[in-house]
Amino acid sequence: MNQTSRFAPYLYVAPLVALLLFVFGYPLVRIFEFSFKMVRGIDGPWIGLRNYELVLNQPLFWESVRHNLLLLLAVPFMVAWSLLIAVVLYERLKGWKLYRVVLFLPYILAIPIIAVIMKKLFQFNGPVNEVLRWIGLDFLALDWIGSSDVALWTVMLLIIWRESALGIILFLARMLSLDESLMEAAKLEGANWWQRVWHVIVPQMRVVMEFYIVTSVITILSAVFAYVYMIGGGRGGPGTSTMVVELYIFNALIRTSLPGIAAAVSVMLFLVSLLLIVPLFAARRRANEEETA
Amino acid sequence: MGAMARKKQPAMHVTPDRVLKHGILVIATLVALAPSVFMILTALKSQEEYTFNKVGLPQSLVLDHFRGVLFESDFIAWMGNSLILAAGAVALSTVVSCLGAYAIARLQFRGRSLLFSISTSLMAIPPVVMIVPLFVLYAQLSLISTYEGAILIYAGLITPFSVYLLTSFFRTLPRELFEAARIDGAGDLLILLKIVIPLSLPALLTLVVVNALYVWNDLLIAIIFLQDDAKRTLMAGISVFQGRYNDQIPLTMAGMVFASAPMIILYLAFQKHYIQGLMAGSLK
Repeated sequence: MNQTSRFAPYLYVAPLVALLLFVFGYPLVRIFEFSFKMVRGIDGPWIGLRNYELVLNQPLFWESVRHNLLLLLAVPFMVAWSLLIAVVLYERLKGWKLYRVVLFLPYILAIPIIAVIMKKLFQFNGPVNEVLRWIGLDFLALDWIGSSDVALWTVMLLIIWRESALGIILFLARMLSLDESLMEAAKLEGANWWQRVWHVIVPQMRVVMEFYIVTSVITILSAVFAYVYMIGGGRGGPGTSTMVVELYIFNALIRTSLPGIAAAVSVMLFLVSLLLIVPLFAARRRANEEETA
Repeated sequence: MGAMARKKQPAMHVTPDRVLKHGILVIATLVALAPSVFMILTALKSQEEYTFNKVGLPQSLVLDHFRGVLFESDFIAWMGNSLILAAGAVALSTVVSCLGAYAIARLQFRGRSLLFSISTSLMAIPPVVMIVPLFVLYAQLSLISTYEGAILIYAGLITPFSVYLLTSFFRTLPRELFEAARIDGAGDLLILLKIVIPLSLPALLTLVVVNALYVWNDLLIAIIFLQDDAKRTLMAGISVFQGRYNDQIPLTMAGMVFASAPMIILYLAFQKHYIQGLMAGSLK
């Protein structure tokens, strides 16, 4: 038994291949098939592109897409906020390690939990509005959760609040790996703090920023279900104001029992995520090269 | 070097610049902590007090809500379900990934690099894409609302990350170690169990923490595949709980304190592993 047989490696990867085929392979083939069928129960007749036609002609689908795209506006804020905090943390002021532990906390709390807390905080007669009125900013005391004009922005605020924590940690880790002699040189040449940050640190952050941006875009287009489900009362409410693509798939599958429709939307979302995998891997590869360089 | 030089500097005077930087950190900390502080303070207030004191400290500590959550709701059962799922999925995924990653990192076979690239790309596929066919299949096989069914899906979803992390880690282990063991007549399974795994405990711990939190925190799979009340997970339970006690905010917050405690404790205990794991998963 001291010689590895030719077949042994396949025995080691067999369970892995089986698991991946079951959870990813099978569904990825079937969504294409289902999307061309009128599925009732477990199967149904082929109907060509009818599911796609139905979906693409439905205003609610486009509204969901529009909401996902609007939520992308969170990304610049996430990048700017994370960068600012990471740069200040990089100064390694007294207690910076404690700050780092605390500032990452938003990312630890489960989205449903934090969404419930935020929902209560942002109630029309809740603490946030009470404080806003108290400091004289009455015009900002909006109906954050209950108004269909505002609810999506509240979801966005929550996304920025939580997902920035990841940015802070990623950016800080990159900064801590930078060569400090450049900073010292810039200091000796009399560059002030802002100049050093802007001309020395930020240019070297390009790759990790790219990576964080692509990751965040993927998250916002395809992984905001928990935020929206909790804030929008499970239905993307008020009205349809926080409806997103994931919730559209969920509703088609569970609430209206139309797996064919749900599959057509899944196919489209899958194709979008394939498009994003290319820049993601390019950014990841560059980030990796930079780290080992 | 830079860090050393920095440390030796004498205490700095207070400058406007430092005040500003500390100010930014304090504000960021307040923003990050405010929801948790609100949650804890509110959980300790009585229902009446919350109506007139929403922001301030509680006047007297009320522990009734915690008692209510513990004894009059299903929180304990939900947590038990979440624990079963997290433990089952993490165990299954870890075994499968250890075997697979060992072969990818250390053995020669056709399709090795293809398998690794495919597995790694799967990390970027949104889980929601997979649910439709799985739901239809599970309905057919009566696997909806079973632990086995959900564990299988969760294990599959976390496995690409596990394979990725373990393969990278196994590749860093020195080659001589394997050669020596092989000369001593050890087979691959023995090498994996007696040499590779003991040396990989830090990576395995990272993996367990990150993956367990993923399963514990998930809502999407939980509400679709575990519809039975008796199988409800903590996150799915929370969505029901908040609807049922919509107006009882202090009680709701006591529930949230209870629900978030395990994660916060796990984070504080394994903070280093968790942060490293996340960065490994996203960056390398």
